[in-house]
Amino acid sequence: MRAANVILEALKREGVDTIFGFPGGVLLPLYDALYDSSIKHILTRHEQGAGHAADGYARASGKVGVCMATSGPGATNLVTPIANAYMDSIPMVAITGQVSRHLIGLDSFQEADVTGITLPIVKHSYLVQDSESLPRIIREAFYIASTGRPGPVVIDIPVDVCKEEMDYDPSAIPAMHLPGYRPNVKGHPKQTKEAARLIGSAQRPVIYAGGGIIMSGAADELRELAIYGHIPVTTTLTGKGGFPEDHALSMGMLGMHGTQYANYAISQADVILAVGVRFDDRVTGNLKTFAPEARFIHIDQDPAEISKNVSVDVPIVGDAKKVLATLLTELKQLDLSPDRHVPWMEQVEAWKQNHPLVIRQSDDGEIMPEAAIAKIYEVTGGDAIACTEVGQHQMWAAQHYLCRRPRQFITSGGLGTMGFGFPAAIGAQVARPDSLVIDIAGDGSFQMTLQELATAVQFDLPVKVCIINNQFLGMVRQWQELFWNKRYSHTCIECQPDFVKLAEAYGAEGYRATKPDELEEVLRTAFASDRPAVIDIRVKREANVFPMIPAGGSVHDMMEREP
Amino acid sequence: MKHTLSVLVENKPGVLTRVAGLFARRGFNIDSLAVAETESHSVSRMTITVDEQDTTVEQVTKQLHKLINVLKITDLDPSGSVERELLLIKVKADASSRSGIMQIVEIFRAKIIDVGPEVLIIEMTGTREKVSALMELLAPFGVVELMRTGRIAMSRGKKAT
Repeated sequence: MRAANVILEALKREGVDTIFGFPGGVLLPLYDALYDSSIKHILTRHEQGAGHAADGYARASGKVGVCMATSGPGATNLVTPIANAYMDSIPMVAITGQVSRHLIGLDSFQEADVTGITLPIVKHSYLVQDSESLPRIIREAFYIASTGRPGPVVIDIPVDVCKEEMDYDPSAIPAMHLPGYRPNVKGHPKQTKEAARLIGSAQRPVIYAGGGIIMSGAADELRELAIYGHIPVTTTLTGKGGFPEDHALSMGMLGMHGTQYANYAISQADVILAVGVRFDDRVTGNLKTFAPEARFIHIDQDPAEISKNVSVDVPIVGDAKKVLATLLTELKQLDLSPDRHVPWMEQVEAWKQNHPLVIRQSDDGEIMPEAAIAKIYEVTGGDAIACTEVGQHQMWAAQHYLCRRPRQFITSGGLGTMGFGFPAAIGAQVARPDSLVIDIAGDGSFQMTLQELATAVQFDLPVKVCIINNQFLGMVRQWQELFWNKRYSHTCIECQPDFVKLAEAYGAEGYRATKPDELEEVLRTAFASDRPAVIDIRVKREANVFPMIPAGGSVHDMMEREP
Repeated sequence: MKHTLSVLVENKPGVLTRVAGLFARRGFNIDSLAVAETESHSVSRMTITVDEQDTTVEQVTKQLHKLINVLKITDLDPSGSVERELLLIKVKADASSRSGIMQIVEIFRAKIIDVGPEVLIIEMTGTREKVSALMELLAPFGVVELMRTGRIAMSRGKKAT
């Protein structure tokens, strides 16, 4: 069998049904094999789109996303998606073509040292040296990408390797031998007991949950534990949906643009149960003043996250789902009284009542951006898979698009990649063909990857792009307004295409809403359509995202509303 | 504080880059580095010395463990281990200075491995301190060139490092 066919057979064995990719010279053997393969190939219009689509596919499905690009510029165009997947711990396998083995290192046409370039942003990588190792490498790559703390794995394959003839016997693939890779799954029993004791003795407990809940499929365990322990829950941006945000115990998101009540609760908590989080600076602000009274229990799959930013009292390395289940069993043995911290729950409730998230209504007939998100939430019944780009609209979406289930909110958290949301939504739609998939976008971000409209149209993927259009690079403009004397250096992007005509030019549907009373009807029509659509929502141009804790600040520096 | 990390890795292409790159991007500085195959062809040992706070060394150790090709890391306790480095030094030596140099070489149990009309090449193994002491004593004669390897270290007792 030709090695290119072996690659596809090996991918099928790993459960791959879809590849997002873009062909090129050194990928000719592989694309020739794809021509009559049962694996579906989604041709994007840029390799970055393929990478983010694979990422969105992985986030929506929980499976490993697969993307493919040719050598040199094709592969370097995957660098941003790989970094994005690395920062948010998304299981992804990126297959890149490489020049023939005898041309490597000679500055050959379309040659780039891809394993070298991606070294700091991969969980692991392979430069395939011979066709015989392909079945083993592909098996290892999927195992490494999807187990432990997930992440991207790059397989760089020289074109002459793909052309070789080889024997392929799936039953003869040697057993995986990865002596340096043994993710710890079960938490330490003594530590778990100690964590239960600490939670049981807490007067002001808070659960701080992140993307690890989603990765590990621990949402049920988390909910059960929070309800049993009567503990308020705040989630990070990537943890959204890990705990139902319409639940009485939910405090929404914490951090820079988190809810006031979540940040107040964290700042006064005496015990914080941190699960699948990494104490990112957008969450903690100034580490010296972050949760000053709290003792920390930290459950994480990755030992390197323990005490990386915050010194932890009870570390538990393991899979969140398993550890939370054990922890709940331990807690139940303590036979906790449900009203052991009534004053705390009253305090949290009072903060919620007195400092709610506000949906402003404009007095001059303009659409307020957060009101647009609230309307999208209402019209979708809160059931859509909501992808976002990066910027103000992303924070408004995080605040106002409440999520009830995991894998419902797909956003670039760690890397903050503008242009991520639309291709990610395409990937999510492939993974969930029957779901309504929307991309809550900014006009700046959308213009970074909008060529994927052709992909959505070609493959009948009815993604709905809702542009929160303020004709600014809004988040940077907000910082310029608040911290740089309103000197709007290069953030005004009034020169932009007519997004309605643009969508139509691509064969998608285009809509526009400029007044609050137009919005609902436009959204309903667009969402009811079975075709991809772009909805240009013109919003108040200089609206800011609040509350806001300035970078490196503490809860005391919080700005509640426009100054 | 000085730490000596003894790191067993799979003997595969690119592993040194992965380890060195990790130090660089996490902002940890490597003092010295020695790499070679072990008793097993498939395994190499890297002996890495760093001068960092204990918490930093703990973090770098955890990060190193995440590399798939890293098999085992030992932070060697100085009192429970022996360490050596190798020095090659080319010293100016004419008829008048040669005997003085040879005396020093003898005291340090070093070796002269090459003799030329105007220079000697001296080899010595020892701890970092001893190597430094020899360098200091030879300096007045005029050092033409000096090379030292990274440090290697082995734990005492019957268990392997």
